Amino acid sequence: MPIKSDLVEVNIGPQHPSTHGVFRMVAKIDGERVVDVEMVVGYLHRSMEKLAEERTFTQNIPFTDRMDYLSAMNNNLGYCLSVEKLAGIEVPERAEYLRTIFAELQRIASHLMATGAFINDCGAWQTPVMHCFRDREKVLDLFEMTCGARITTNYMRIGGVAFDIPEEFLPALNRLVNDDLPYRYEELEDLIVGNEIILMRARDVGVVTPEVAINASLSGPILRSAGIAWDIRKADPYCVYDRVNFEIPVGYNGDSYDRMVIRIEEMKQSLRIIRQCVHDLPDGPHKVDVPLALRPPPGEAYARIESPKGELGFYVVSDGSSAPYRWHVRAPSLINLTVLKEMTVGQTIADAIVTLGSIDINVGEVDR
Amino acid sequence: MRLATIVTDNWWDIRDLSNVSGAILDALADAGVPDWGIYVVSALLGTLAIISFIGAVAIINIWIERRVVGRMQSRLGPNRLGPFGLLQPVADAIKLMQKEVLQPRSADGLVFTLAPIAFTVPGIAILAVIPWGRNMTLAELDVGIVFIFAMSSLAALAVFIGGYGSNNKYALFGAMRVIAMLVTYEIPIVLSLLGIVLLTQTMNLSEIVLWQEEHWVFLIMLQPLAFLIYFFSSSAELNRTPADLAEAESEIAGGYHVEYSGMKFGLYYAAELINAVSISTIIATLFLGGWWLYKVDELVPGWMILIGKIYAVYFLFVWTRGTLPRFRIDQLLAFAWKWMTPMALLNILLVAGQVTLWEETGWSDAVLIPAFIAINGAFAAGLIVGWVRVMAPKFQRFPTRPRFYSTIDVPPLPAPDAAMTQP
Repeated sequence: MPIKSDLVEVNIGPQHPSTHGVFRMVAKIDGERVVDVEMVVGYLHRSMEKLAEERTFTQNIPFTDRMDYLSAMNNNLGYCLSVEKLAGIEVPERAEYLRTIFAELQRIASHLMATGAFINDCGAWQTPVMHCFRDREKVLDLFEMTCGARITTNYMRIGGVAFDIPEEFLPALNRLVNDDLPYRYEELEDLIVGNEIILMRARDVGVVTPEVAINASLSGPILRSAGIAWDIRKADPYCVYDRVNFEIPVGYNGDSYDRMVIRIEEMKQSLRIIRQCVHDLPDGPHKVDVPLALRPPPGEAYARIESPKGELGFYVVSDGSSAPYRWHVRAPSLINLTVLKEMTVGQTIADAIVTLGSIDINVGEVDR
Repeated sequence: MRLATIVTDNWWDIRDLSNVSGAILDALADAGVPDWGIYVVSALLGTLAIISFIGAVAIINIWIERRVVGRMQSRLGPNRLGPFGLLQPVADAIKLMQKEVLQPRSADGLVFTLAPIAFTVPGIAILAVIPWGRNMTLAELDVGIVFIFAMSSLAALAVFIGGYGSNNKYALFGAMRVIAMLVTYEIPIVLSLLGIVLLTQTMNLSEIVLWQEEHWVFLIMLQPLAFLIYFFSSSAELNRTPADLAEAESEIAGGYHVEYSGMKFGLYYAAELINAVSISTIIATLFLGGWWLYKVDELVPGWMILIGKIYAVYFLFVWTRGTLPRFRIDQLLAFAWKWMTPMALLNILLVAGQVTLWEETGWSDAVLIPAFIAINGAFAAGLIVGWVRVMAPKFQRFPTRPRFYSTIDVPPLPAPDAAMTQP
């Protein structure tokens, strides 16, 4: 005779150690098994897209820092690209290279954070996250050296970058990408890639099939883990990505483990890109002069970049005034999160946490 | 007393604790106190010693654990308050005492209050049967190992009533996991220690230590497999990584103690360390020779040797906590049923055969013990490797390395919809 039992409805979040912010997951649980998941977003909504309609195009750059605060450089870059496309501004060569270098450094910082937090969700008590933080700090030191800020950098400008790099920057960067980080990646791989417990916890957990991935419009590591080779840097190159050699890692199975491994491999490819950019870095101005109250011609533009989380798109409409008429952000975190139910239902509550960690959401970007 | 001459008989020479208690008891006897009074006073003295030891340990271990784990995480750990941050646990305790103790209105008040206390007591009670030196046992129980089994499973019961009495869903998850783990892990614990009982023919912990001294061998050499099984099973009972499922901070946000605050939480926190020390003490006594260390115990008092061994084992617990991720509940239970219980049974079979051989043939110990050490070591290594081959989860369906693409196919963009591009 089957034992009669009721489903338990558990609120995971908004205050929970593993939701990476104020995200809420209402899970119906049968014993340890998740039967249904409903996600509740909006606790961090700051109405940035509406606020931007009252501010000039330049004033909106700091908003982008605060969306995905773990990859501020990429957000700056995406927004500036969209406005440049709208206003038809040509960016100097040196600025393109500097943008690429900083975007890739930010990708390293964001992926380190994601990998550390993911293993923390698997239950390793703070150790991996601390080791990844140590390496991330070195990247943030370079940001501080250049633009004075570590997290909310506000570094990219419409028409270039805010400051040229200081003279101590390139030696420090070379030391980081040639000596420190390759060694750290080896250490990270030794410790976690073959770890039996990580394999047991992450293999076949949170599987997303290629069909679901495409239908849900996923992007970033979560799409590549499903076996689909897609990367905006290759598909629609911006900055100098069409001039550097790099490869994109693609997984087989679409599970949490593949996502973690893909992030580690992407960090190695980022080092490759940075080395080439430093080698080819031209002299010249780091930005063109753009009026502070820029008035682009009426029209619309959509620019997209490959942020660490996925395809980050900025859609800007101008009516000829100094403020955007409409500003919309295609946030990869929010769209990657939509498959959470497909990925977690039928697994245990511990798997649901691991899956959420492997998606690598950033609630600042989910809610904007 | 066979301690060497450097330890004097003066009452203040605490390297041999029987000096102090002997002086007090002699004074009482001289004052004409009846025998039962001396008996009660000596028991109270032993209890006092153990409780003050465990109180000091709970404070110091917080510091040790945070410092050691801090080093493993490439940070400093507490280093501000006092020399090397040694006063940090004191400050933490004062802070916890000042905090308000909240209790949910829907919680069962009696059970909610009782649980932290019931969690602390067994860990201290275990230390009563531990021999701290030659003739230095508070309770000379002939069934000491059974007492240990009884006490160490009581802690899990306390966790269960605390989690169940909180009337919180997360706490309920923690409590249910504790019961599942208790039912599962008691079996490997009992089976692994059964091998020692078979070998030494006694359940008295003092006699087990004396057996190790007599045969000039640590039991970990004769029983490596039992040591591994006991270490892992007891770390599951202690709720320590990689089996801290009842707490599981990243999953169920603290589990059974999610509703506790103030000093009730502090008691849970301290009792966790106390229980870890108790299990370390059991391992040090049963597997590492207790207070005996070849000829060293004639120079250094036994209780100091035992404390050194306790901390050597405790370091292993801290080490696993600082490095390993957590299992899932079904994986943890499967590990006990499919791996450790059968291996412990095979271990008992082997030990029983060896004991029979020992008793029936009467061959000398000098031949048999090295032979048994070699056989059991090879048996443990072979069994673990073989079992991994047979039972390991198969993850090799998919490679662990991704593919690499340097060019990708980009489908052409669809033609823009004329209606959409109208301004």
